[in-house]
Amino acid sequence: MPDLLIELFSEEIPARMQARAAQDLKAKVTDGLVEAGLTYAHAGAFATPRRLVLTLEGLLAHSPTTREERKGPKVDAPEKAIEGFLRGAGVAREDLEEREDKKGRTYYAVIEKPGRPAPEIVAEVLEATIRNFPWPKSMRWGAGSLRWVRPLHRILCILTNDAGEAEVVPLDVDGFTAGDVTEGHRFMAPEPFSVTSFEDYAAKLKRAKVMLDPEERAEAIWNDATNAAFAAGLEVVEDRGLLAEVAGLVEWPVVLMGEIGAEFLELPPEVLMTSMKEHQKFFSLRNPKTGRIERFVTVANRETADNGATILAGNQKVLAARLSDAKFFWENDLRIAKDLAMAPWLDQLAHVTFHNKLGSQKARIERIAALAREIAPEVGADADLAEQAARTVKADLSSEMVGEFPELQGLMGRYYSEAAGLSPEVAAACEEHYSPLGPSDAVPSAPVSVAVALADKLDTLTGFWAIDEKPTGSKDPFALRRAALGVIRLLVQNEISLSLIDACISAQFGVDTTLMDLEKANPNSPINLRKRYAEAAQIEEKDLRKIEVKAIDKGALSTAIKNLRKLTERPDQVAEKLVELRLAEDLLAFFHDRLKVHLKGEGVRHDVIDACLAMPQADDLTLLVKRARALQAVLSTEDGENLVQGFKRANNILTQAEEKDGVEYSFGADRKFAETEAETALFDALDAADAKIGPAMASEDFPAAMGAMAAIRPELDAFFEAVQVNTDNEILRRNRLNLLSRIRTVCLQVADLTRLEG
Amino acid sequence: MDNRDTPQSFQEIILRLQAYWASKGCAVLQPYDMEVGAGTFHPATTLRALGSQPWAAAYVQPSRRPTDGRYGENPNRLQHYYQYQVIIKPSPRDLQELYLGSLRAIGIDLELHDVRFVEDDWESPTLGAWGLGWEVWCDGMEVSQFTYFQQVGGHDCAPVSGELTYGLERLAMYVLGIDHVMEMPFNDPSAPIPLSYGDVFRQTEEEYSRHNFDHASTEMLLRHFEDAEAECQKLLEAPADDPKMQRRIVMAHPAYDQCIKASHLFNLLDARGVISVTERQAYIGRVRALAKMCADAFVTTPAATGAA
Repeated sequence: MPDLLIELFSEEIPARMQARAAQDLKAKVTDGLVEAGLTYAHAGAFATPRRLVLTLEGLLAHSPTTREERKGPKVDAPEKAIEGFLRGAGVAREDLEEREDKKGRTYYAVIEKPGRPAPEIVAEVLEATIRNFPWPKSMRWGAGSLRWVRPLHRILCILTNDAGEAEVVPLDVDGFTAGDVTEGHRFMAPEPFSVTSFEDYAAKLKRAKVMLDPEERAEAIWNDATNAAFAAGLEVVEDRGLLAEVAGLVEWPVVLMGEIGAEFLELPPEVLMTSMKEHQKFFSLRNPKTGRIERFVTVANRETADNGATILAGNQKVLAARLSDAKFFWENDLRIAKDLAMAPWLDQLAHVTFHNKLGSQKARIERIAALAREIAPEVGADADLAEQAARTVKADLSSEMVGEFPELQGLMGRYYSEAAGLSPEVAAACEEHYSPLGPSDAVPSAPVSVAVALADKLDTLTGFWAIDEKPTGSKDPFALRRAALGVIRLLVQNEISLSLIDACISAQFGVDTTLMDLEKANPNSPINLRKRYAEAAQIEEKDLRKIEVKAIDKGALSTAIKNLRKLTERPDQVAEKLVELRLAEDLLAFFHDRLKVHLKGEGVRHDVIDACLAMPQADDLTLLVKRARALQAVLSTEDGENLVQGFKRANNILTQAEEKDGVEYSFGADRKFAETEAETALFDALDAADAKIGPAMASEDFPAAMGAMAAIRPELDAFFEAVQVNTDNEILRRNRLNLLSRIRTVCLQVADLTRLEG
Repeated sequence: MDNRDTPQSFQEIILRLQAYWASKGCAVLQPYDMEVGAGTFHPATTLRALGSQPWAAAYVQPSRRPTDGRYGENPNRLQHYYQYQVIIKPSPRDLQELYLGSLRAIGIDLELHDVRFVEDDWESPTLGAWGLGWEVWCDGMEVSQFTYFQQVGGHDCAPVSGELTYGLERLAMYVLGIDHVMEMPFNDPSAPIPLSYGDVFRQTEEEYSRHNFDHASTEMLLRHFEDAEAECQKLLEAPADDPKMQRRIVMAHPAYDQCIKASHLFNLLDARGVISVTERQAYIGRVRALAKMCADAFVTTPAATGAA
């Protein structure tokens, strides 16, 4: 069985696209071949800066012949029907067979598709692959119309039989004729050569200074770099992304270790690492004892007669120029931090627009400062420190270093705050207040950092909500989902109880002030707050009540609603509160959605969360998550699962009776009417449970409360086994319904179990 | 490196590039006589990249980036500098090899250096143009931009032009081993009157930096921007048939001059710090609209269609 080798040789393919392209080549070609009936035993795909390569072992030499029978119309069917059948089956009249059938003589078409030789199929599949290749970005070149990631130069496509003889697959794509020829390294071995098999190709490439396998190149780079570092008493700062990228920039990696000028060694290690990585694609070498970055590793694409001396000297020179810039920025920045306490930076932020509908960065800082101050007591932070931190954390955005390397924002703030002699809490907040960024990013726990981080994110969310820039579908240009998840993780991991409704309303106070200011400056501003309030003021009294009731239903009874009632004689203020409250509720629903996604990852069912959302204070996410986790835990026990079934049975009977009788059975059951032992036992069990649930609920120990509830399960089961609730004796019936009501009350304390599925 | 092979001055590098590209068949043009931000703005690139007609040109283009002025003090940054630009349409199959030959021609020994093509897609929002290509690194230093033009002024380029841009000061400093641009020999250091880059340009860098940042009068610039925009539109709205000559004369190039002017005026306004972030986009959009109109006009002219 033959082996197939394909190489698509081009000008330099962007490093970031190579791995995906190799996989796409493999998928497209093998899918096409298999679909045409050519199976294979093994496939391998590789990429270098100048080539995409696919090798298939054990390919069928021919696709198998296929035979398909199709039943047609009866022999005496109308001519039209027979003609239609012939067209559909693609056969001639004389090719039809007549066979005796249950219904009489019927035409049959036997369509035989003869197998085709592999070269023919490979040529078709490869041409289609080249023409429809899924590059993220492709281009035309010269006078041609073919598209490739960069100009394509050669197509190598051969089939090698078991005797080792190679055959070029006949293929021509827009003037590119497939052959058996390739080239080696651009500079070290540029002469073309022909190959007869994959083994021959790989061996000749290696001789021509091309390491075909990207993993081999990455491994060689990593080994040589760590060895060089080790010999110098240093370690390589691991960076997988950089390693993969560098392996995609070279065909013949040569690791060179270089020096960083002594005058730059005092720069913060992050600055050195970022500058070297971003501009030069250098690896940083760290002194494990001091944590300082002392040298670098660069990867050249060739060997030279002077063992890389010229290359290294050039690289060091370029680095020195880059680091002179960085040093210049660092020293200027430090001066502004030390001598002027960063004041000029904050002044500059007045001229930097955060978003054209949400004002300047400075206005935003004012908002965050006020909000951080308000949140501070809730998270155990000193209010003055939180406010000071909030007024400091964005200052570094104006620094020259962050202007050059935006990814160093926050971190530079920490360095500059330290230089300015600010307290360690403030310095830490500079670095930490952006966190958590991703779902696995660490969550800060220092109270001042937490206060500023929450204020920052809540201001962002409230602001974009106020100007109606909410995320839709896959569009989330302002990363609001990430901000919401950040708030959730900050609250839950630090076990902070905070009313999000209240916090969002506080945040809106700041946002509204900004919007008013923008309106004053520009009467035609797109967000007209007064107009919005005026519209809201049109809302009638009954609508007002409806919104209140909805808020209470959601468990979001907040001070704002209480205030609302006091303010009914001031319609404009009521309207304002209404707008705020609506927005806060909408935002809360967004938080709840994100929370569901987040907890799903923990294995908490969405209906479990729904059951907990129905409880009071659902805008306190820490409380909500405690409930949800407790409920989820108890549901995974047998007692818990059965308790829910028992509860639902009790609840159904009770609800039906209440609807039928038009009364609420909540008078309390009386033990003296207990007829059977099962009933008495249930009374006992409920008394015992109540004794435990009360204190557990008081201390928000939901697992203990749920455990106590689950403990009544045997008595509840026995009760239903032994007792008929809807008995003819009205007194007994009422008492039993009141008993069920007690069960409902007990069971609904942690979550609304009626909302559980199943 | 063989000493005979090593250029001695900034101008020698330019002269070698001129000789090299002339030997490869390019028409060696002179700089365009207007203020531009980069060699790409020269109509020999922007307009000639459009249409079906073959083209091969090379030229030095003085370029101005008002915001990059550093009063002649920064070792690498200048508000006025030179670019060397090569454009060939259709892009030849061996353009990379031709390019590497030009590096050899200015004394870079490719056996000792590490030259690499690192992804860098080019886009000019003001010209409505984009292309794919690389920045070329020599020992970690970016020495050129290499681009296959895909679109200019919103028009697909067919055939595709290959464009090479060398930042001449940076490249020359590298080849000559100079750390501060002002110290670079401009002519032969052994000439009777040896001149450094600083002798030629230090004072102008200082003067223009002051002018660009603090004194260029913004009201005048704004007015001129409006004028250039209006003039460009007016020229293109004129009927294609010239009544005097009794034939079709589309004023694509004069209109494009006004587009170049508007673009430079915008750069100056930007340096003066009077353009806010939101306005910035709007100004870029206005220049792009002019570039697009000029491209629309140029593609109907003989230089694009080949019609006699």
